[in-house]
Amino acid sequence: MTGTDTTWEYAPAPQEQGIVAIKPHYGLFVNGEFAPATDGRTFSTLNPATEEPLAEVALAGEADVDRAVRAARTAFDRVWGPMPGAQRAKYIYRIARLLAERAREFAVLESLDNGKPIKESRDVDVPLASAHFFYHAGWADKLEYAGYGSTPVGVAGQVIPWNFPLLMAAWKLAPALAAGNTCVLKPAETTPLTALLLAEVCQQAGLPEGVVNIVTGAGETGAALVGHPDVDKVAFTGSTEVGKEILRSAAGTGKKLTMELGGKAANVVFEDAPMEGAVEGIVNGIFFNQGHVCCAGSRLLVQESVADALLDRLRRRLGTLRLGDPLDKNTDIGAINSRQQLDKIRELSDSGEAEGAHRWSPPCQLPERGYWFAPTVFTGVSQSHRIAREEIFGPVLSVLTFRTPEEAVAKANNTPYGLSAGVWTEKGSRILWLAQRLRAGVVWANTYNRFDPASPFGGYRESGFGREGGRHGLEAYLNA
Amino acid sequence: MQAESTQIQQGQATPGARAAATQSVAPWLAGAVGTEFSDAALRQVLLGLPGVDQVATQERTANLATRSIKKDAKLWALIMAVRMVDLTTLEGADTPGKVRDLCVKARRPDPSDPGVPPVAAVCVYPDLVRAARDGVAGSGVAVASVATAFPSGRASLAVKLADVAEAVNAGADEVDMVIDRGAFLAGRYGQVYEEVRAVREACGPAHLKVILETGELATLDNVSRASWLAMLAGADFIKTSTGKVSPASTPQVAHVMLAAVRDFAEAAGRRVGVKVAGGIRTAKDAIRYLVLVRETAGEEWLTAGLFRIGASSLLNDLLMQRSKQLTGVYAGPDYFTL
Repeated sequence: MTGTDTTWEYAPAPQEQGIVAIKPHYGLFVNGEFAPATDGRTFSTLNPATEEPLAEVALAGEADVDRAVRAARTAFDRVWGPMPGAQRAKYIYRIARLLAERAREFAVLESLDNGKPIKESRDVDVPLASAHFFYHAGWADKLEYAGYGSTPVGVAGQVIPWNFPLLMAAWKLAPALAAGNTCVLKPAETTPLTALLLAEVCQQAGLPEGVVNIVTGAGETGAALVGHPDVDKVAFTGSTEVGKEILRSAAGTGKKLTMELGGKAANVVFEDAPMEGAVEGIVNGIFFNQGHVCCAGSRLLVQESVADALLDRLRRRLGTLRLGDPLDKNTDIGAINSRQQLDKIRELSDSGEAEGAHRWSPPCQLPERGYWFAPTVFTGVSQSHRIAREEIFGPVLSVLTFRTPEEAVAKANNTPYGLSAGVWTEKGSRILWLAQRLRAGVVWANTYNRFDPASPFGGYRESGFGREGGRHGLEAYLNA
Repeated sequence: MQAESTQIQQGQATPGARAAATQSVAPWLAGAVGTEFSDAALRQVLLGLPGVDQVATQERTANLATRSIKKDAKLWALIMAVRMVDLTTLEGADTPGKVRDLCVKARRPDPSDPGVPPVAAVCVYPDLVRAARDGVAGSGVAVASVATAFPSGRASLAVKLADVAEAVNAGADEVDMVIDRGAFLAGRYGQVYEEVRAVREACGPAHLKVILETGELATLDNVSRASWLAMLAGADFIKTSTGKVSPASTPQVAHVMLAAVRDFAEAAGRRVGVKVAGGIRTAKDAIRYLVLVRETAGEEWLTAGLFRIGASSLLNDLLMQRSKQLTGVYAGPDYFTL
């Protein structure tokens, strides 16, 4: 027996890796087949927890993107567009079931490529991705009842981020396919592997060739895709900066657009909040997925009368978080996805200190290799500090206080973003009062980071426009 | 070590820094612990506690249930769970002979494995305390007795106190009382508080476990209030259930109670124990409770002095899982004694 009579350390409980077979090379998925890039270029994708390369992936150039868009156009004109909705649904249901059947494989691959804890990829990302296909399969033959007509837009060019690689692919593909569109999807350059495994699932489901195409690469590939003249609809999830570039390039082209961009959400805790639950909500709000969440509750606004008590509870709770090997089933905080992102988090955190906020992290041993950042809380933060204004996209919480509900609203809304917010109070009337005044697309009450395919998600102001999920999410993929 | 594991630790002050930090958790408690509360003051305290969100509690306990306890950590937990068992028989059909058998099992749960320690206590009805006392003599295993018209608590205070006196006089080290749920749900907090105080008094040197019977309290807010009420009235332990009402212990109520003892210790400087009871039959369930203890109350509570599991059939599953961990194969149920 290890452990003395007085301490109990959890033994490592690593998820077995052999369940997923990672190939040394991955091609582009175009017209139902995997093929190398025309010019043969590749890039490698790493395991951010170890910095070891996982695979070489084809780098799509303009010619490859053009080939993918043409394949999607042909599939749209000849097969998927004319196909009855009930028939399309069969394929989408099949994808949903295969995803659920191969869930463990996807979860392991996602944690390897992204760095997120297996607990999250297993219990959140993959089940939700499957649920999105199930949900949208049900809409395919009932589009008339959604209120946006049943005419698909055509070829959708979709660019997704690295924080929820498979889930974002599902958010994009499922509604597009249900509505009768064909897709060219570009996953992020640091996390292409689960999208490519999803391509295998499309093959396995017998999805007609060209309906889903996956082109891998970095910003240039994405720019080629969204700029392609034969793409009818551009759906982008990512940074506000890139979103603005896409909007500039698409201006005047008549392309239909949806943008899901950054955020700097306020999580507002009143003195009458259910405290134990609020602490969990704060932790889940900012430390879920290492804070790589566009709707993360990165600004904690807490009423002054309970600020000290709440922060004591929060610090104690953070002391129980387990950071380390993403494949260990007991890991709560995994690796930062890339060197670049780690540098950005460090730079912004350092600015917080330099500007005078007080920085705190629980005692936390960081592994030697890989990209890691300890959970961090800044107190004494002012509205004008960079850490209160800029999206950090990491496990860093900025704490501000307020005295009155009006002050809470003013501070919560004092940001160019408008994606999400949280409210914690036992008083129902205050929840409704606040929800009406908060400029955010999603407001969670006494919970945080809850997602469901039936619930529309999206922001406004510099957090973008358009909704994903629910009946509202279909609008983006139909010409009413 | 046996004696240590069965001794209930009382009145340990938490580090000063912590106590100072948590003034704001319960400022109304400053100086109030140990003093008597009026009905009005008690009502103010209990209704002023922060609310408990049911969805958040479910989410948190579901999350902690995914902790994967393997290898050495599992062996440690199985042994710790054995040390925390209150081996219980509370049947109308109990006899002194059955209690004697239970005591033999309690002292040496696995005769073939000297690495298995005795359990914390045996738990019986008051009229069988003497038989239990004889059965565990010299072993360090404590005798716990239910009392106060267990399990319903429907008797006059005089009868309840007589019940307690009988148990204590017969040699009970620990008394498991039930609260008057009728009075609690009717909002007569003062009455419940006075009863617990009277029983506390009647216990003398015996340790008092207060059974909240959470299956009858309807809400997690009530579980939190009843926990604080019992602790303010002097409970050494708060206990989930009698085992006679469904639902008995659940991870959700255990979570709320563990958070309550943690907050109470920070505010009042005294650690109160938690006992879960009812329906805990498998080693897997027991380990999940230990995870809850570790991550909610803190590692300080991972001792038989501050956490107990009231159970009967659980013990053999703990032994069976231990032998599986050590040998790699399951032994048949007949290799473990009744």
